[in-house]
Amino acid sequence: MHLDSNTKDALLNQLKQIVAANYLLTSKEDLTPYECDGLSAYQRLPVAVVLPDTIEQVQKIVQACSQLKVPIVARGAGTGLSGGALPHEGGIILGLSRFNKILSIDTNNLTSVVQPGVRNLAITEAARPHGLYYAPDPSSQIACSIGGNVAENAGGVHCLKYGLTVQNIQQIKIVTIDGTLLTLGSETFDTPGYDLLALMTGSEGMLGIIVEIVVKLLPKPHAVKVLMASFDKVEDAGNAVADIIAEGIIPAGLEMMDKPAIHAAEAFAKANYPLDAAAILLCELDGDEDQLEEQVIVVEKTLKHAKASKIVIATSAEDQAKLWAGRKSAFPAVGRLSPDYYCMDGTIPRKQIAYVLQKISELSEHYDLRVANVFHAGDGNLHPLILYDANIEGELKTAERFGADILELCVKVGGSITGEHGVGHEKIDQMCVQFSPAELTQFFAVKSAFDPDSLLNPGKAIPTLHRCAELGAMHVHNGELPHPEIPRF
Amino acid sequence: MQIKDNDISARLQQQVKSAINNKKPLCIQGGKSKLFFGNRFDAELLDLSEHTGIISYEPTELCITVRAGTKLSELEALLSENNQILPFEPPHYLFKDKDGNIHDTATIGGAIATGISGPRRAYTGSARDAILGVEIINGDGEIVSFGGQVMKNVAGYDLSRLMVRSQGTLGILLSVSIKLLPKPANDLTLSFDATQDQALAVFQALRVQQLPITASVWYDNTISLRLSASEAILKTSHTRLNNFLNEKFPTLSSAKQNTDQMSFWQEIRDHTHPFFTQTDKPIWRLSVPPATQSISQTDDALAQKDDNIEPNQLIEWGGAQRWIRSRTPANIIHNLAQSHGGYASFFYNKGADDETFPALAPELFKIHQQLKRKMDPQGIFNPNKMYQGL
Ligand SMILES: Cc1cc2nc3c(=O)[nH]c(=O)nc-3n(C[C@H](O)[C@H](O)[C@H](O)COP(=O)(O)OP(=O)(O)OC[C@H]3O[C@@H](n4cnc5c(N)ncnc54)[C@H](O)[C@@H]3O)c2cc1C
Ligand SMILES: Cc1cc2nc3c(=O)[nH]c(=O)nc-3n(C[C@H](O)[C@H](O)[C@H](O)COP(=O)(O)OP(=O)(O)OC[C@H]3O[C@@H](n4cnc5c(N)ncnc54)[C@H](O)[C@@H]3O)c2cc1C
Repeated sequence: MHLDSNTKDALLNQLKQIVAANYLLTSKEDLTPYECDGLSAYQRLPVAVVLPDTIEQVQKIVQACSQLKVPIVARGAGTGLSGGALPHEGGIILGLSRFNKILSIDTNNLTSVVQPGVRNLAITEAARPHGLYYAPDPSSQIACSIGGNVAENAGGVHCLKYGLTVQNIQQIKIVTIDGTLLTLGSETFDTPGYDLLALMTGSEGMLGIIVEIVVKLLPKPHAVKVLMASFDKVEDAGNAVADIIAEGIIPAGLEMMDKPAIHAAEAFAKANYPLDAAAILLCELDGDEDQLEEQVIVVEKTLKHAKASKIVIATSAEDQAKLWAGRKSAFPAVGRLSPDYYCMDGTIPRKQIAYVLQKISELSEHYDLRVANVFHAGDGNLHPLILYDANIEGELKTAERFGADILELCVKVGGSITGEHGVGHEKIDQMCVQFSPAELTQFFAVKSAFDPDSLLNPGKAIPTLHRCAELGAMHVHNGELPHPEIPRF
Repeated sequence: MQIKDNDISARLQQQVKSAINNKKPLCIQGGKSKLFFGNRFDAELLDLSEHTGIISYEPTELCITVRAGTKLSELEALLSENNQILPFEPPHYLFKDKDGNIHDTATIGGAIATGISGPRRAYTGSARDAILGVEIINGDGEIVSFGGQVMKNVAGYDLSRLMVRSQGTLGILLSVSIKLLPKPANDLTLSFDATQDQALAVFQALRVQQLPITASVWYDNTISLRLSASEAILKTSHTRLNNFLNEKFPTLSSAKQNTDQMSFWQEIRDHTHPFFTQTDKPIWRLSVPPATQSISQTDDALAQKDDNIEPNQLIEWGGAQRWIRSRTPANIIHNLAQSHGGYASFFYNKGADDETFPALAPELFKIHQQLKRKMDPQGIFNPNKMYQGL
């Protein structure tokens, strides 16, 4: 899938006309930093990296690639965990990091217009003086770009109450594969025509290049309380999650960590976590003071009833930050336990938490690899971290098989193979398990409406029927393939 | 609440397959409550109203999966028994038969396909925000599912959300999974007098106040707010609201409890309020950025052509949704909405040739047509309903 030298020369010639020489990278040293995203197990060098900073430049770059049939992989900050921004050997990386300006903040309509390369946290920092913030807060928020967040429909610890990226943006501008600039959504609460804004969100750079975003801002809650509950049994912690919801309370955040994760986080962040607990729940409540007072009483009572062995309520901002510090640094903390770890991202119905955690610990014994669980319990989004050592022959493969088993388990109990990290390069085979050939065919139909020659991030997110058939993982219904007539390329 | 469990998907699929084979378009019909919405077109009827029942419902998952023909009234009754609600408070509107009798027949499939949201929308999100998954009959006559029952799911393109507001033009909704919210313990409606300008300023200031507001209306020089919370919180919120008005808007009188509150919000939701029923003037819906200034006063065309004696505007959603009764020509209304960064749709009392939705930019319409052609290759799902040529 390499580019022939004529096309490559033609491409580079055209790109040189569009951006200044220092924003067109072609040497091996310059390309290497772009060889992978946050999933560093997979690496590839692109033909070139182009770093435009105007929409017109993006349009011209896309047109040039479109004419020469050269694949384009968009890249924000490269923090993706599913290999979404993994380069194509025969294509370019279209880096959006220079689109790093917050264009405006509208304190009347509570919105902000931002460029795609702006860091997630920078939006909240800019909005803070106005008493506002941007709600979705992925753990990678200091680094990840808002364009990447839209492309992945990123979540965070607060999405149970405040929604994912898709519920927190109003409008985007995209450049389509023929170089057209389209505005999707609007600055109002709805827009005539199809909801292409929703379709683009989470489409992993496969349908268009996002070049501008209007995000919604929220007023900062007047008050916040954080409760930490310890449990002697993982199962009790899982059930407590459903009990809180049953009380009619939607916490701002509801996170769970198991024993290995607690130990790792405590050693790293000194958050005062209970080392003897089998699991802890962190429950954040926010809102107006009076409403909060009421909720804390209910949640505390519910947790006690659900057999919490100890409950700590952090009221000062300092204590709260400390409790969260442990959770937010859980990934790097686990990273210190093992040379490598592999982060999974399945979602399951809340009621299956205890069952799935039990199965994961059985799988851990089976594969003889340790696992730590840190996750968004409120919305059933698991992040099992599988510990392995890439220097031991075959251990990465074993970790991947372990991970694949976990994802298939998630699908089996009624969940999904990815809650927020996307399919990318990594989970493409599990797509064959979650979707039938007819469903995958429908995805291809949508893709071809936007990108008939399949030049935008080709080979990611949606597996070909051929690939699924070869894997033997075909989601077969009633023992027959619904589309025998479709070529299995 | 007993909801009839009746799965007719096999029969529906059969009808769709023969429509595909014969290239004969279908007119998808749920409860007939939204007959007025969209363009008229000739097609064979595909009736979803018997495809009813709850497929799965576990309140602690905050999700329900329900067949598309299930009546909104029955679904809401079931949720209410479990202290839950649909976050987007879908309007039922009402179906009036030829003898003038009114029926509350609106279905959840129709609510999702039209994507119309009610009074709560500005505070707890829209139909598209709440959708988690769909099962559809697609343009190949296959039954396929997208999304699911879990809150977070980013596997594949988000085709569930694409179905919302697509007016049945991309597939037949067989069942939908919807995110639910706990039902607030109590509602309190508070009202006070204000001019349109004052109302918009109040809405503006309230946006950052964090009162438990779940609906807002300005009509006939009165603001009505619905607050939803426990009895105790409602009490303190009432005081807080009056303190806030006192401080920021000293010329306004304080907010008083409105007694017939339940029926008021239902009338607003279902358009049985006199604003919608007692007129033969065209009724337009303007969707604008919430902070948009007063529209009638900035626009001479509207002010001159309409007698200002009867109130011709009803504002909802803290300013984001404005209903206007006006005989002003369609193109002027569309331009007016656009000049404020929004758009207008023609809701009631329109002529036979008037379109509901405003024209899309040509390059945007092109991508709509490409998508329609790919998802409905034989053009059988509600053709021309949303736009001519789609
Ligand atoms: C430590 C750590 C913690 C994390 N925690 C979370 C978390 O809590 N929640 C969560 O959701 N994710 C999390 N992530 C994953 C990651 O940060 C998110 O997926 C993020 O949205 C990616 O943004 P990015 O700018 O780095 O995108 P990239 O990695 O550069 O790209 C991701 C995908 O988006 C596409 N893309 C990027 N920009 C554009 C654009 N402008 N137009 C079109 N396509 C584009 C790329 O082609 C690629 O497919 C975490 C990652 C790390 C490393
Ligand atoms: C015999 C008969 C013939 C008709 N002929 C025409 C005609 O030629 N032209 C015309 O414009 N109208 C016609 N109508 C009216 C037409 O049925 C409605 O305009 C349209 O179907 C709206 O549905 P609804 O009123 O039931 O509203 P709702 O049930 O509330 O539905 C509103 C919208 O959602 C769509 N929808 C409903 N359920 C689903 C679902 N499960 N999946 C996908 N989409 C769904 C509907 O098609 C409609 O667009 C006819 C009605 C009848 C009874």
